[in-house]
Amino acid sequence: MSTSLILLIVAIIGIAGYVAGGRHAMALVGGLSSKLHSRPGYYGSFVAVWAVVPAVLILFMWLVASPFYISSSVRSAFPDDVKAQSQAEQGLAYGMISSIARGMNALTNEEIERVGANPVDLRAALGAKGVPLAGDPKPYMVKAAGDLNIMTDISRITMTIVVLVAAVAGGLLAYRQIEPRFRARNRVEKVILVSLVVASSIAILTTVGIVLSMLTEATHFFTHVPAWEFFFGTVWDPRFAAAGSGGSEGQFGLIPLLLGTLYIGFVAMLFAVPIGLFSAIYMAEYASPKVRSIAKPLLEVLAGIPTIVYGFFALTTVGPFLRDLSLQLNGLVTGDYSNFIQAQSVLTAGFVMGIMLIPYVSSLSDDIITAVPRALRDGSLGLGATRSETIKKVVLPAALPGIVGALLMTASRAVGETMIVVLAAGVAARMQLNPFEPMTTVTVKIVNQLTGDLEFTSPQTLVAFALGITLFVITLCLNIYALYIVRKYREQYE
Amino acid sequence: MTDLTSPIAGISKPKAGRRDIGIKGRYAAERRFRAYGIAALSFGIIFLMMLLWSVFSKGYTAFQQTMITIPVEFSQQVIDPQNERNTNPQKLMTANYPIVARNALAKVLGADVNDRVAARSVGQMLSDGVRAQLRDMVVANPALIGTTQTVSLLASGDIDSAFKGQIDLKVSQENRKVNDQQVKWMNQMAEAGTLGKHFNGGIFVNGASSRPEAAGVGVALIGSFYMMLIVLALALPIGVAASIYLEEFAPKNKFTDLIEVNINNLAAVPSIVYGLLGLAVFVNFMGLPRSASMVGGFVLTLMTLPTIIIATRAALKAVPPSIRAAALGLGASKMQTIFHHVLPLAMPGILTGTIIGLAHALGETAPLLLIGMVAFVANYPTTPLDPSTALPVQIYMWANEAERAFVERTSGAIIILLLFLILMNVGAILLRRRFERRW
Repeated sequence: MSTSLILLIVAIIGIAGYVAGGRHAMALVGGLSSKLHSRPGYYGSFVAVWAVVPAVLILFMWLVASPFYISSSVRSAFPDDVKAQSQAEQGLAYGMISSIARGMNALTNEEIERVGANPVDLRAALGAKGVPLAGDPKPYMVKAAGDLNIMTDISRITMTIVVLVAAVAGGLLAYRQIEPRFRARNRVEKVILVSLVVASSIAILTTVGIVLSMLTEATHFFTHVPAWEFFFGTVWDPRFAAAGSGGSEGQFGLIPLLLGTLYIGFVAMLFAVPIGLFSAIYMAEYASPKVRSIAKPLLEVLAGIPTIVYGFFALTTVGPFLRDLSLQLNGLVTGDYSNFIQAQSVLTAGFVMGIMLIPYVSSLSDDIITAVPRALRDGSLGLGATRSETIKKVVLPAALPGIVGALLMTASRAVGETMIVVLAAGVAARMQLNPFEPMTTVTVKIVNQLTGDLEFTSPQTLVAFALGITLFVITLCLNIYALYIVRKYREQYE
Repeated sequence: MTDLTSPIAGISKPKAGRRDIGIKGRYAAERRFRAYGIAALSFGIIFLMMLLWSVFSKGYTAFQQTMITIPVEFSQQVIDPQNERNTNPQKLMTANYPIVARNALAKVLGADVNDRVAARSVGQMLSDGVRAQLRDMVVANPALIGTTQTVSLLASGDIDSAFKGQIDLKVSQENRKVNDQQVKWMNQMAEAGTLGKHFNGGIFVNGASSRPEAAGVGVALIGSFYMMLIVLALALPIGVAASIYLEEFAPKNKFTDLIEVNINNLAAVPSIVYGLLGLAVFVNFMGLPRSASMVGGFVLTLMTLPTIIIATRAALKAVPPSIRAAALGLGASKMQTIFHHVLPLAMPGILTGTIIGLAHALGETAPLLLIGMVAFVANYPTTPLDPSTALPVQIYMWANEAERAFVERTSGAIIILLLFLILMNVGAILLRRRFERRW
C-alpha cells in the first residue's frame, strides 16, 4: 500500500474515532452534556489524537529506518571480492542493484524468467522499460536485486499492518478510557501545547541544522586543505574537478573573495546610505502626509522586487550603459574610443545593489528618526534653530546609535546578496582596487562551486560549505551587534 | 516704552539695521538640505521607474509571437515514402517533418527547394519546433497524410526578432542573423497577411527549450506553484503555532530567550545559506531527489518561517488584553481563549504577513540554484518529487543565454513574476484594509 493511502486510512480512522468518542461520551451521560467534565468534542478529539499521532509517528520512523536496514543487509550479502572494494565502488554497486530492482518491478514474471539468466538481455530489457543501467549487471547483483525487492515488499506489508493496528488500538484504548469525569479537555490541551513547543523549537533546529551541516562539510574540506591556507590564502584557483579525475589540488584562498565582497558591499553602501538616509529624513521631517503616503510605498516596492530582477537589470541595462558611457567619455577626453569600465564590474554590481538597499536604509532609519521624542525637536526649534539645524544637531545625534544599527543590518544584506553579484560582478577572483574592473564575491563562488555535476566529496565542492560558514558567521556577527546597539538605544527613551 | 527705548536707539544709531546673524546663509542651508532630501527621494523613485520601464519595454513583445500561416502539404513522399507506417509505428515519429514545412513555405515564397542556399534560407525562417508540431498532428491523425492543411507555424527566433524590429537591419547582412533575402520574404509574407504577430500563449505553457521561440515558463510555473503550496502548508501552521507558544505560553526563561534571538537571526541569514542547508540536509543526508520542488519547498519554508513568526507575533500582540480577560472570565480555558477568540481576531494580520512572506519566497533564487533546480526540464512535473524549475530560476537561466531573443523572453518571464508579486501584495493590502481592526 502506498504511504499516502496509509495516511488516508489513518485519517479516516481518526475521524471515525472523533465521531465515536463524542457520541460515546454523550451516551454515557444520557445526552446531558452538563454532566461531562469537558465538551463532547474534546472526548472525540482525545480518541482521534490517540488513533492518529502514534500511528503516524511509527509510520515516519519506519520510513526513515527501513531503507538503512535493508541497504545494510543487502550490502552484507555482497560477495567477498566486492566487499574488499572501496566504499565508493560498493556504493556504485548498490546504486546499480537498486535500479535493477526498480526495473524488475516493471517487468512481468515471464520476462524476468526469460532474461534473468543473461545480464546483457536484462540490461536491454530494463532499458526498454525506461530504466537505463550504467553497465552490464553481474549475476550476484541480479540476485541481490531480487532479495532487495522481497525485503522491500515484506517491509511495506509489515509497516502497513503495524501502522493500521497501532491506529485502531490507540483509538480503542482511548475510547475505553472515556467516562463522565474523565478530563479529556486537559489531556487534549496538553497535546496541543506540546505541538506548539515542537513548532517553536523548529527555529532552533534550523539554526542547529545550518551550523552542524556546514561545520561537518567544512571539516571535511579542512582535511583536504589546511584551514590557514583557506583563511589566509591570497590565491583563488580551485581547478576544475570532474567526477573521478581527483588529484589536481587547487588553491583555495579566501582573501580575494572576501575583499571582493567587502568592496562591492562598500560601493553599494556608498550609494545606498546617503540616498536612503536623506529620503528617510525628508519623509520623516519635511514631507506632507500626502507625499509620504505615496513616496514610502513606492520606495518599499524596491524592496519587494526579487533580486534576480535587479541582477538582470544590471546585466542588460546598467552594465552596458556604464561601458558605453566610459567609452564615450574616454573618446571625448583622449580621442581613444575604448571603454575603461567593464560591463561586469565592481561599480555595476555595487550601484545596482545600492539601489536595492535604499529601501532597507530608508525604512529602518525612518522608524528610528520618528521614534526620537517630539520634545527634543520642539526644544531646538523653540530656541530658533532652523529645521535642518535641528535635524543635524539634535535629531540625528539622538538617533545615531539606531541608525548605525540599521546600517549594520543593511551591510549584512549586502554581504549575503547573491543574484545581483552572480550576474553583474564577474567571476574572476582578483585582488585589485579599480572599481571599473570585475571582482568576485563569496556568494558567487558558492553558486559556482555547487552548480554543475561535481563530485560531492571533492574539495572543489566542499569549499562552498567553508565559504558558507564564513558568510554565516560574518552576517551573524553584524546582526547581533546591530541588535545589541538598537536595543541599547531604545531603552534610552522608554 | 518709547521713552525708554528711544534714547538707547539714539545711542546705537551707528549700527543701523539688525545684527547680522547669518540668517540668509542659514536659510540657504535649510533649502539646500531640503533639496538633498527631495533629490534622494526622487533618485530612488526614478530608479524604480527606470528598472520597471527597462523590463517592460524589453519584455512586452514576448507576449506576441510571429507565426507563419501557410497551407502545408503532408506529402506521402516525404513523410512515409515506402508506405510502411502500418507496419512500423516509429516511422511517423521519425519522419522528416522540417522538410514538409520547408517545402510548404518555399512554395508560398516561390523559392526553389533544389537550390540549396535558398532552401536553407527558407528552412531557417521556421522554428525547430515545427518538427514536434507537425509530428503531433500526423501521429494524432495519420489520415492527414496526402492532404493539404492550413497550419500556423512558429517562425524562428531570428525572424521573430527581425519582425519585431529588434534586429538592426541597417547592418550589413554578414553581421546579422537574418539575411536580406529572408527579410524580403518576411516583408512579402507580412504584406500578404500570412506572417503576423499573434498572442503568445506558448510562453505560459511551454517547458524549457534551447530555441527562444519555443521556450516558455510552463514547467517553472508548475514548480513554483508546488513550492508555494508546500510553503503555505508547512510554514503557516508551524509559524502560527510557534508564535502562539512564544507570545502566549512561553515562560520567561533562557530557552525562550534563545528561541527569540534565534528567530531574529534566522530572519537575517542570507538566503544562500538556506540553500547550503537544503543541499546538505535534505539532498545529501535524507536522500531526497535533487531538483525536486519538494526540496525547494522545504528550503523556502525554513526561510519564510521567521517572517511569518514575526508578523504573527505582532498580530497577536495587537489583540487587546480585554478580549483575553473577558474569555477567561467566562470560564474558557487558556487554550480556548486563544483558539476561539484571540487567533480569529489576529487572522487578518497573520494572513497579510504570510502573503508577504510567500511573495518573498516566490522571488527567491539563490537557494534553489544550490539544490539543483537549475535543470533543463522540458516535461511537466507530475508530483513535487519530479525535477522541475522555478520561475526566478528560469529567469536566471535565460539571463545567461546569449541569444538576443532570450533577452525578450527573460523580460517577459520577469513581467509574469512581477505580476504574480503585485497580485499577492495587492491581495495582502486589500485583506488588511478590509479586515484590519484598530483597537
